[in-house]
Formats: sequence, C-alpha cells, structure tokens
Amino acid sequence: MTIATEMMDPEIAVRRERRIARINRAGKVLAPFGLGFVVPLMKLAAGDTPSEQWADLKQMLLVPLIGILAFLAAWAFLAPKVHTSLGAIPGPAAVFQQAEVLMDDHFAERQKAEEFYARQDERNQMLIAEGYADRVKVRPYTGKPTYFDQIWTSLLTVALGFFIGTVIAVPVGIACGLSKTFEGAINPLIQLFKPVSPLAWLPIVTMVVAALYESQNDLLPKSMVISAITVTLCSIWPTIINTALGVASIDRDLVNVGKVLQLSTWTTIRKLVLPSSLPLIFTGMRLSLGVGWMVLIAAEMLAQNPGLGKFVWDEFQNGSSDSLARIIVAVITIGLIGFFLDRVMFALQTAFTYSANR
Amino acid sequence: MRHFLCSATMLCSLTFAVTAAHAEMLFPEKDELTIGFIKLTDMAPLAIAKEMHFFEDEGLYVTLEAQANWKVLLDRVITGELDGAHMLAGQPLAATIGYGTEAHIVTPFSMDLNGNAITVSNAVWDRMKENIPVGPDGKPEHPIKADALKPVVEAYKAEGKPFKMGMVFPVSTHNYELRYWLAAGGINPGYYSPGDISGQIQADALLSVTPPPQMPATMEAGTIDGYCVGEPWNQAAVFKGIGVPVVTDYDIWKNNPEKVFGLTEEFTQKYPQTTLGLTKALIRAAMWLDENDNANREEAVEILSRPEYVGADAEVIANSMTGTFEYEKGDTRPAADFNVFFRHYATYPYYSDAVWYLTQMRRWGQIAEPQEDGWYDEVARSVYLPDIYLEAARQLIDEGHATEADFPFDTDGYKPATNEFIDGVTYDGRHPNAYLESFPIGLKGDEVIDGNKIAGR
Repeated sequence: MTIATEMMDPEIAVRRERRIARINRAGKVLAPFGLGFVVPLMKLAAGDTPSEQWADLKQMLLVPLIGILAFLAAWAFLAPKVHTSLGAIPGPAAVFQQAEVLMDDHFAERQKAEEFYARQDERNQMLIAEGYADRVKVRPYTGKPTYFDQIWTSLLTVALGFFIGTVIAVPVGIACGLSKTFEGAINPLIQLFKPVSPLAWLPIVTMVVAALYESQNDLLPKSMVISAITVTLCSIWPTIINTALGVASIDRDLVNVGKVLQLSTWTTIRKLVLPSSLPLIFTGMRLSLGVGWMVLIAAEMLAQNPGLGKFVWDEFQNGSSDSLARIIVAVITIGLIGFFLDRVMFALQTAFTYSANR
Repeated sequence: MRHFLCSATMLCSLTFAVTAAHAEMLFPEKDELTIGFIKLTDMAPLAIAKEMHFFEDEGLYVTLEAQANWKVLLDRVITGELDGAHMLAGQPLAATIGYGTEAHIVTPFSMDLNGNAITVSNAVWDRMKENIPVGPDGKPEHPIKADALKPVVEAYKAEGKPFKMGMVFPVSTHNYELRYWLAAGGINPGYYSPGDISGQIQADALLSVTPPPQMPATMEAGTIDGYCVGEPWNQAAVFKGIGVPVVTDYDIWKNNPEKVFGLTEEFTQKYPQTTLGLTKALIRAAMWLDENDNANREEAVEILSRPEYVGADAEVIANSMTGTFEYEKGDTRPAADFNVFFRHYATYPYYSDAVWYLTQMRRWGQIAEPQEDGWYDEVARSVYLPDIYLEAARQLIDEGHATEADFPFDTDGYKPATNEFIDGVTYDGRHPNAYLESFPIGLKGDEVIDGNKIAGR
C-alpha cells in the first residue's frame, strides 16, 4: 500500500494491511453517523502513513471542528449583547450548566420516585395490618416527568406517527406508481394537503381523536395519539411521492418479463416493484421522518402534550432566568436527535440500496 | 356506607391517636387524581399538599398539571380530564349560572386572600403623580385612588385616544377589582350585555383580556396603558422599569377572596370521601403556609420556583410571598398580608364572598336581568360547600392536626358587614340589591342594558 510497509517485516505488513482493511470497513458504518473522522485516526494509530491520513483528517475533523468552534465563539461573544426580559441570552457555558442541572434533576426525581414507592408500600403494609388487604394497590409515581422522560415520550410519539404514516404512504404510493388512474385521483389531494401546517391540523385532529378515542390506556394516552396523527398527516407526503416515483420508474424490461411470466399482482409487487423502488421509498421515508420530527415539537408545544415541545413551552411560561438556557438545551437536543434519526434512516437506505441494485 | 367509613376513620384515628398519622384510613373512592393549575404563586396550597405528602396522608395520589389558560383549565374540569383545579373565584359561579361555559362547578375550599395589584405604564404614572399628595417622607400617599387617574383618562379622551387596560379573564377577580377601583374614582369601566360581551359599553377605560405572563410586554408595546394581575407580573414591571404598581387589591378591598379549588358537582357526589380527603389535605397545606407567622414561606418559595410549579426565579416569587411590595423602584413598603393562605379564616368558603362576586357580575351586566336577594343566596349555596369544609376541619381536629379555634364553626356563612373598601362603601352579603344601590356607577334595581344604553328604570 505504501512505501513504509515495503521496508517492514512482511508478516507485520500483512497483519497491518488486514487491520486497515477492517478499519475501512468500519468506516462505512461510521461515516453516515458523522463519525468518519475516526477512520484516519484509527489508521494513524495502526501506523499508516501520516501525510495521507493528515489530509483526510483535515477534511473530516479539523474543518468541521473549526466550524463548530467558530460558531461557539460567535455565540459566546454575541449572546450577552442581546438583553431580553429574562436577562441576557445565555452563552454556551450557561447552556452546558443547565444541561447538567437537567441531568441532576432526572436523578433527583428518580430518587423521589423511590421514596414515593416506599411510602406507598408502607401505607399498603398498614392497610394489610388493619385488615383491608383488598384495598392494597400500587399506583404509578405521580411526580413530574424529567427531561429524559420527555425525550423518550417524544421519540415514542414520532415513532408511532412515522409508523402509521409509512403503513399508509407506501401502499398508496405503490398504487399511484402502478396505476395512472389512481394517481390522477390522488394527486390533487396530495398537492392540496402537502403544504398544510401542523398548527392547522392540530385542532381538527384533537376534536376527531377526542370524539373517537375513548381509551384510558396508560400505554397509549390520548395526547400521544393526537400528536402522532398530526405527525402522520404532515409527514406522509414525501413517502407517497417518492414511492410513486420509484414505482413508476421501474425498468420497462422487468415489467415486460413479469407480464411474460404471467406473475400475479402480489408477486409482481413483491418480486419486481418493491426491490427496484426501495431506494426511492427510503429516500421518501427519510424525508418524512425529518419532517415528522420537526412537526412533532410544534404539535406538542401547541397542544400541551407531553414531550420535548411541552418542555419548551413550560420553560417559556416559567420565565425564570434559567429558562432561556434550558430552552437552548432543548433546541440542541432536538437538533441532535433529528440528526441521529436522519443518519439511522440514511444507514438503512444505504444498506437497502446496495442489496436492491442486484 | 359513607357513615360507616367515617366512623371507621375516627375509630382508627382514636386507636393510633398518639401518632396522629393514621388519618389515612379515609378510603377515597377515586385515589388517582389529576389536578390542574395555572402558573401563579397562589397555586401554592396544591404544591405544598403534594410536596409535604398531605395528599398521600389521605390516600390520594395526585398529579399536578400546569394548564395553558383559564379557559382550557375550566373546559378540562368539565370534561373530566382534570378532577379538580385551581380556579378564579368567579369561574365556578359564572359556570353555574351559565355565563360563558355552562356547568355545575362547586368549591369546598377557598385558596387564598389578596395577591393582585394594578399597574400603570410610566407615561400614565408621570401624569397621575401630579394629582397624588406627597407624604412627609416625600413618597406618594397610599392608597392611591383612581381619582388621580381620572384627569389622565379625561385628557386621553380629549386627545381622542382610547385609554386601555388589561385584565386576565372576563370573570376574574382582576376584572372586578380593576372595575371597582376605576368606578370608585369616577371612571366608568363599561358594561357587558348579552349581545356585547366585550364589556366596553359606555366605557371611559377600555378593558380587555390579556394573559398574565404577557401583561408587561403588552404594556411595553403600548397596546395597554395599565393592567390588573397577580404576582409576579406587577413586580416584573418594576424590575424592568416599564411601569408602576399603584395599588394592591388589599387596599381595594381588605382581605378579598381570590382563588378557589373547583370541582364538578358530579365529582363531589360520586366521590364524597375523595372530596373530603382533598379538602383536608388542602387545609393542612394552607395552615403550613401561614404557620408561625409565615415561617415556612422561604421553603414554599423554593418549592414554587421549581419548573414544574410556577418556575419563576425564587427572588421574584419571594418578593410578594414574604411580606413586602415594591411600588416604584426604591419604594418598598411592608405588605404582610399581600398573600394570605390560612389566617383570617381564609380557606373557609363564605357565601358572602360568592355573593360579592355575583353582585359585581350584576353590576357590570354579566348578569343581565335583575335578581332577588334570595337568588344570590341560592346560587352561593349551590356553589360554595362549607359543609364539606367543616367536616374536613372536624376530622383534622380529631386527628390532632388543627384546633377548634382554627375554623369558624359558628358562622352562618356570611361575614359581618364591612366597609374596608377603597371607597368606604359598606358591603353586607345578605342584602346584595341594597349594596348595588349604593354605587354611583353600575347597574342596579331593574336596570338592564338595551343596545348601548341603560334602560328599564
């Protein structure tokens, strides 16, 4: 591979080559998650030519790092210059400190939950002692959800909304792609509903869900269903459009072969349509998930449904001097999770694209 | 069944009288509850009852949930999403008589006295100041009456500018206090009529609804020239230097009732033990808040400043919770009773308090038709439930948490007539129509609003 290896003991060189090959393979998985810079670092550690790795490293680590540092510096410099009614806009240090506070809060709340269960136990024991064993009941903790609970709720909600969306959008998209008539019927609706904002959907969804969904189910509370359906309504369009596009652009030869073989519709879809349109379906899903995550925060804020959006709104209402810093923590969290979700979809897309290009 | 449970409770508490902790043998029919509140310092009894485990002592497992606004809060109590809530005293009354959303909301527990103030913008204050006598210490003499504001409002009128003020809700204490203060100074705050619910008929000062947290910003933007709101939004104007609180509601009506704990009537009938338990826990919380001359207030401030409750900075909350009030910058005066939670029988649901709210609804046309004195009493009795309160009090006494003297056991629900108002008018809850007659501004007798005019006399 390089001059350096030639001058070495061949056995060591072979081992190194193997190690570097392994690192390259790992790089394929890491790159989509924005961790590509780890590859040159590992190669350096493995003893590869520094000059070559240096170029990679500059591009993948140094330049982004400079970007981030420049942003942080600008933030730290500019933030104190803006005075709001809650005091100056917090800089990076204040935000980091609030992130720690939120973390501590989480563990303090867990501690309180334990104490709550202990007290409840004590009470239940007493009930038994008094002869009211039939009244013993264990109730869930009644304290506030912590920051991490809110993140978890938001993730579950977006997953639910995205799942409902995909289940509807992919079949509709396939039908659109296969039948010009169907597409003609659906297309105006797609064009009409695609630009509608979540803030407009929400009141309608709230009323409809309130009328139809009567469950007091703790696993699937009404508020979560409302947020999830709002997410679905706003995010299905890219999947439908991309699926239709993917299905419509299948190789004509493949379709003709299918006709010659007299495959049933179901087999055609399964064997021909799906495999060749998968890359575009995934592109659509990736766009949908991005939109969904963005919409979710707005829906939660407006409807006061549990999740990160409610966290932001509550802090805004609190108006304490820490509120802005906490909201910025939430903004960064939302960004990071959105980025991560996008990367997961991208990785899936890469995996499926590869296998679909047989 | 209910009697049996009560006596079982007493037996148990007797058996363990020494520890006094076994009040828990109350068996609530519904023990997992969600209670709504608005982020204001006077939600304190709820936060305290939860944090001090007073709810749990009654076998109640309560989740507290902040609500977006008063309308959402009321609607969610009516639909049953919330089991009960921190409410404006006018809300259960208005809902029961069908003003706004109609539903039979009741209250066994009054949450606090006082806690509001009226703030005007700096521009208005500068012009008002000329009309206010200065005391020997060089500071304006308090209480400041709306007489000082009247020339300013007239000047606005002469210039063709509307004089606008904000309050938080059409049936809020704030609306009635602001109207009372203005009218006492000869400024007509305007009437409501069934056809015009903006409340600005014949108004000298135009009042409109603004959510509490947005008051300072709305005034800063010049949309309103002043407002009436609870804390911390008056002190916030001082902190930001955008306005001056001129009068607290303590000066408008000494020890006026403020918030109540509201439930649907259906809930209290379906779950009597739960209602009783809630009332007991809230009474204990109120006692804790006022114990030993407000000794616990610092701790209460810390609890309230948590993001899940009020969430504002502790120092801002402390300002009103610990007995001082800052008018202009540097003009801090003692206000020991700015927020009263228990003393002066603050938590007892007096019929006369309910009747006062009803008189103000009638005075400003929210109750459009004239009503007999008996009607006021009847409505008050259907909304305020002192029987539940006294039963809860009796149990707390038996358990050793309170003493007989803490509660007004011998009252008939009407406070003695009082004239501790800013205009010195005497209020006797037994004679609401006579009370209405004593105001120069306001509907009285057979008067009704017809179009833009008072008619029918």
